Amino acid sequence: MLTCREVTRLVSRSMQAKLSWPQRLRMRIHLLYCVWCRRYATQIQFLRKATGELANETDDSPKAKLSPEAKHQIRARLQEALKEPPSSSH
Amino acid sequence: MDSDQLQAEEKSKVAAKGPKSGVLTNPDRWLEEHGDELFGFALSRVRDRSAAEDLVQETFLAALRSVGGFAGRSSERTWLFGILRNKLADYYRLKSREPVFADDFLAPEESSFFHASGPRKGAWIKSLAPQPWTAPDESLVQKEFHDVFHQCVARLPTKVAQVFLSRELDNLSSEQICKDLNISPNNFWVMSHRARLALRRCLELHWFGKKKIRDEKD
Repeated sequence: MLTCREVTRLVSRSMQAKLSWPQRLRMRIHLLYCVWCRRYATQIQFLRKATGELANETDDSPKAKLSPEAKHQIRARLQEALKEPPSSSH
Repeated sequence: MDSDQLQAEEKSKVAAKGPKSGVLTNPDRWLEEHGDELFGFALSRVRDRSAAEDLVQETFLAALRSVGGFAGRSSERTWLFGILRNKLADYYRLKSREPVFADDFLAPEESSFFHASGPRKGAWIKSLAPQPWTAPDESLVQKEFHDVFHQCVARLPTKVAQVFLSRELDNLSSEQICKDLNISPNNFWVMSHRARLALRRCLELHWFGKKKIRDEKD
């Protein structure tokens, strides 16, 4: 019989790799009688969804943009680099 | 435009044209068109403005030097993002040599959630066990939820966050992540799992648990 600790590891793992048939079976049996681990499994599926949304967040917030100072600095550094003699391309 | 500026512009066009590319590149244009997106991405990974700015700068510098390598196969943005990812990998390789200290909030190790011994060995510790969450999908459309989620990710130890995000957001293979971050496959599993346990718990504490109280008040 698997412990909750073992089952949560399997659940995590199943999100990224295929479990062996015996592992999957034992995991499912545990999930049948353990409400906590059942919740865990559902909730980390939700977590995956929520993480996917991180990528879609509107980056209109000023936090996600380069500050004007940073832009200025980068621009200056790039201009400097352009003046350097071209290195042999590889 | 004065003649100095004109000259500089011409110079920039000439200097930036690689032998193979046939594409005139202009770093100022790169900065305007792609700077913020590159920065946003870097920031979501390193969570340090100054480091993210440096990474963007390094990306453009590297791009300048390898303009001959941009064959126009993929879009310019994809190409720049590719360079940024390499820079991020370098950043983390360097960081991995520093001792990993806990951030202000120590995301609990896996072992803290389960009984270590006794008759309940391996079972969830009741006070830390998953509680029911009401209508979680509804939270996805709320800005406040995303703020809380962001905070939770920010509390993960840097490397743990990086492993988790590279997998969930970038869809990189575990082999690639192990290579980029210089970790073993076992580390990868442990860290991914730890991230999940910690994020779940963090959301429960700071959102779903409180949501229940909020809902009951209405």
